[in-house]
Amino acid sequence: MPTMTAPTPARIKVRPAAENDGRKDFISIRDFGFWYGDKKALDGMTLDIPERQVVAFIGPSGCGKSTLLRNLNRMNDLIDGVRHEGDILIKGRSIYDPGLEVISLRRRVGMVFQKSNPFPKSIFENVVYALRVVGVTDRGALEEACETSLRKAALWDEVKDRLDDNALGLSGGQMQRLCIARAIANRPEILLMDEPCSALDPIATGKIEELIHELKVQFTIVIVTHSMQQAARVSDRTAFFYLGKLVEYDTTEKIFMNPSQAQTEAYISGRFG
Amino acid sequence: MATLPEVSDSASPRGEPWVWFTGLGLVVGLVMIAGLLALVLWNGAKVFWAPPVPEARLKDGRTLLGQLAQRRVKPSSPANAPRYERQYQVGLRELNGQSFLWVDESEVVSESFPADVVGLERMENGPAFVRPVALVRADGSRLEASSPGFFPALLAEVERAESVRRRHSVLVRDAIGGVNAAMESARIDLRRAEDKGGDLVPIRTRIAALEKEYAALRERAEAVLAEAGKGGLESRDGAGRSVVSPSLTLVRAWLPNRMGPGERFGLMMSRVREFVFDEPREANTEGGLFPAMFGTLVMTVFMSLLVTPFGVIAAIYLREYAAQGPVLRAVRISVNNLAGVPSIVFGVFGLGFFVYVLGGSVDRLFFADQLKYNNNTPVFGTGGLLWCSLTLALMTLPVVIVATEEALAAVPRGMREASLAAGASKWQTVRHILLPASAPGILTGIILAMARGAGEVAPLMLVGVVKLAPTLPFDGTAPFLHLDRKFMHLGFHVYDLGFQSPDSDAARPMVFATTLLLIILVVALNLGAIWIRNRLRRRFRGAAF
Repeated sequence: MPTMTAPTPARIKVRPAAENDGRKDFISIRDFGFWYGDKKALDGMTLDIPERQVVAFIGPSGCGKSTLLRNLNRMNDLIDGVRHEGDILIKGRSIYDPGLEVISLRRRVGMVFQKSNPFPKSIFENVVYALRVVGVTDRGALEEACETSLRKAALWDEVKDRLDDNALGLSGGQMQRLCIARAIANRPEILLMDEPCSALDPIATGKIEELIHELKVQFTIVIVTHSMQQAARVSDRTAFFYLGKLVEYDTTEKIFMNPSQAQTEAYISGRFG
Repeated sequence: MATLPEVSDSASPRGEPWVWFTGLGLVVGLVMIAGLLALVLWNGAKVFWAPPVPEARLKDGRTLLGQLAQRRVKPSSPANAPRYERQYQVGLRELNGQSFLWVDESEVVSESFPADVVGLERMENGPAFVRPVALVRADGSRLEASSPGFFPALLAEVERAESVRRRHSVLVRDAIGGVNAAMESARIDLRRAEDKGGDLVPIRTRIAALEKEYAALRERAEAVLAEAGKGGLESRDGAGRSVVSPSLTLVRAWLPNRMGPGERFGLMMSRVREFVFDEPREANTEGGLFPAMFGTLVMTVFMSLLVTPFGVIAAIYLREYAAQGPVLRAVRISVNNLAGVPSIVFGVFGLGFFVYVLGGSVDRLFFADQLKYNNNTPVFGTGGLLWCSLTLALMTLPVVIVATEEALAAVPRGMREASLAAGASKWQTVRHILLPASAPGILTGIILAMARGAGEVAPLMLVGVVKLAPTLPFDGTAPFLHLDRKFMHLGFHVYDLGFQSPDSDAARPMVFATTLLLIILVVALNLGAIWIRNRLRRRFRGAAF
C-alpha cells in the first residue's frame, strides 16, 4: 500500500526566489473563466503575476495552463465560438477594454510557441518582423534591433555571418532561440512561453533556460512547462492547475518543498498526471 | 480457445490485386494520352514533309501526277476480300476543280517517279505537281526545261516573286493602312463639322491631300506588282494538259523525286518556319498560323492577368475575413459549381453582358462621336480581345479561387499565430506571411486556369474570335495594344479548318498541325509558370505545403 512521501529535495533543485522591486500585481487575473463552445476550460481563476519575475504554469495535459497563457495576449480570440468571464488586467488596465486595440496589446506581450515557427524569410527579416509591421523602415535601427535581440537570445555568434540566409535552414534549437529573438525585438513588457523546450534536446533546453534567467531582468515571463525540473530551475513562482482550476499558486520554493495542497504534492512527486 | 485464421500465402490478403488494378488504371490513361500525342505529332508532321511524287498510269489510259495522301479500304468492298483505294493530291484546282482524287487501287497499272517532276506551292488554286516545259521570265526571255540551270532559275524566280509580294504587302498594310485610318478619322471630323457647323475647308483640304497620297501609294503598289512581270512557269500536268503558273503566284518550288534527304529536311524546316511565323493563305489551308498563335498567346496572358487579382482577392476574403457559416458555405458551393457551368454559357453571358452592356456603355460614354458619325460602327460594343479575356477570366475564376483557398489553408497555423503574436494586423499577416507562403499554390491555380483558358473555343466564338483577322491585336500604331480588336485563335482555327473549310481534304492535315502547335503553346505557357513556381518553392523550402 503506497504511503504519501514528501518530494525528495535531492531530485528537484529549487532556486531561491529572486528579490523583486517591481509591481506585485503587474498582471492581475480576476475570476477568469473561459469556454470553448460549450466546454468550460477555465474556471474562476484569480492570480497576480509580479513584474520582472518568471512564473511557471504546471499541471497535467488539458488542465488549462496553455489556455490561460494564450488569453494573456488574446490569441484565443482567433478560435471560433470562444467566450470568457471575469477579467485580466495588465498594469491595472483590462486587456478586454474596447478602447484597447488587440494589436497594441500583442505588441506589448510577446509570445514564443511550443513548436518553433520561424517565417520562411531570412534570419534578419524574421527578427525584425515586429518592427516592420509597426512601420520601422530605417535600416540602421533595424540592424541594431536585430543584433540586440539576437545577442539577448544567445544566437548572435552563431548566425551573425548569415543573417540573410533562410531561417528554415537553422537547427531546431537555433530556430526556437530565433523565435525568442523575434518575440523580444520590439521590447515587449511581457514574454509568454508555451512549452518552449518541449521539442528540444537537453543542450538547447539548457541554453534557453539560461536565456530565461537573463531575460528576467527586463521582461515579465510566463512559461508553461511539462517539466517539473524546468519549472523549479527557472521560475520564481509556480501555479499548479488541475481540470481547469487553479489548485495552488505560490513561490516555487514553497510549491516544490512544502505544498499546501495534497493534489499539488501528488503531482510534483510524480504520482499522477 | 479461439484460433486466429491461418495467414494465407496467396496474393489477395495482402491487397496486391488492388495495386495491380490501380497500376492498370494509370497505364490505360498514359497509353491513351501518349497515343493521342503520337497521332497528332505524326499527322501534324506530315503537313511539312515532301515525299516523292509518283506518276500513276491507270487502266483507262489516264495518267495522273500527285502526292499520295492516304490509302484506305474501300467502304463498299467485302470484309474478307478488302479492296483498297488511294487518294492522290494532284493540286491544280484551276484544271481539276479539286485538289484530291480517289482512285481504286486495281485501276492503277503502274507507278513511276519521273525525275523532272516539280512540286509547286502557289498563292492560289492549291499546290501543283507538274512536268515543267519552260520558264518565261519578266524580261520575256524563255528558258526551256531541258536546258541546264533551269531549276536554279526557277528558284530565283520564286525568290523574286516572294520579295515583290513582301514589298507589296508592306506598302498595302502599313502605308495604305495608315492613310486609310487617317482618312477614316478625317471623314468623321468632316461629318461632325457638317453637323455642328464647324469650318469645313481645312478638313476638306486634309481629305484631298490624303486622297492624293492614297492614289500615289496605290500606284506605287501596282508598280511593285508589275515588277513581277507577265512571265511564269509553263508546264504540263499528269494528263498532259498545259498549265501556266504566273511568277507572282509562286511560293515554293522543289524537285520531289530528285531531292536528297538533306534537301527534303531543309524544305520541311522552311515549311515549319512559314507555319509558325507567316500568315495564312488559301482560306487558312496553307501558309502560317502566326496571327492565331499570337492571338492565343496575348489572350491567354491577358486572361491570366485579369483572373489572378480577382481570384486571389476573393479567396483571401473567403478564407481570412468572411465569418465561417452557412452563407459562406453556400458561396463556396456556388463558386465550385461555377466551374461546372458549360463554357458556352459563359460565352453567352460575355456577349450579353460584356459586349452589349459594358461595351455598349463604353461606346456611348467615350466614343459617342465615332458612333454618331461613323454609321454606328461600334468600337468596344462588339466582340474583341478584352471581352474574350474577361469572359475566360470569369470562367477560370473558380479554379484560381479554389487553389488560392487551399494554399492559404495549407500555411501552417504556427506561422499565422507567430505573425499575429508579433503584433501584426490581419492584413499585414496576409500580405507578408500568408501570400508569399501560398504563392506556389496560387501559381498552380493559375497554371490550371491558363491550361483551361488557352484551349477553350466555344465562348470565344461569341465574343470576338474570327476566322481571319486583318490586323494583330498588337502593332506599331498607338496605343499599341488594341483590346477592341477581333483576333484569331488556334482552338477556333482547328474548328474552322476541320469543320468549316471549303476544301476539307486540304485542311485535314492542317488541323493536326494546328492542334500540335496549340499543344506546344499550352505546354510552353505551363512550363513557364512551373518554372516560376519552382523558384518560389525554393525560396520557401522547408515550409510545409
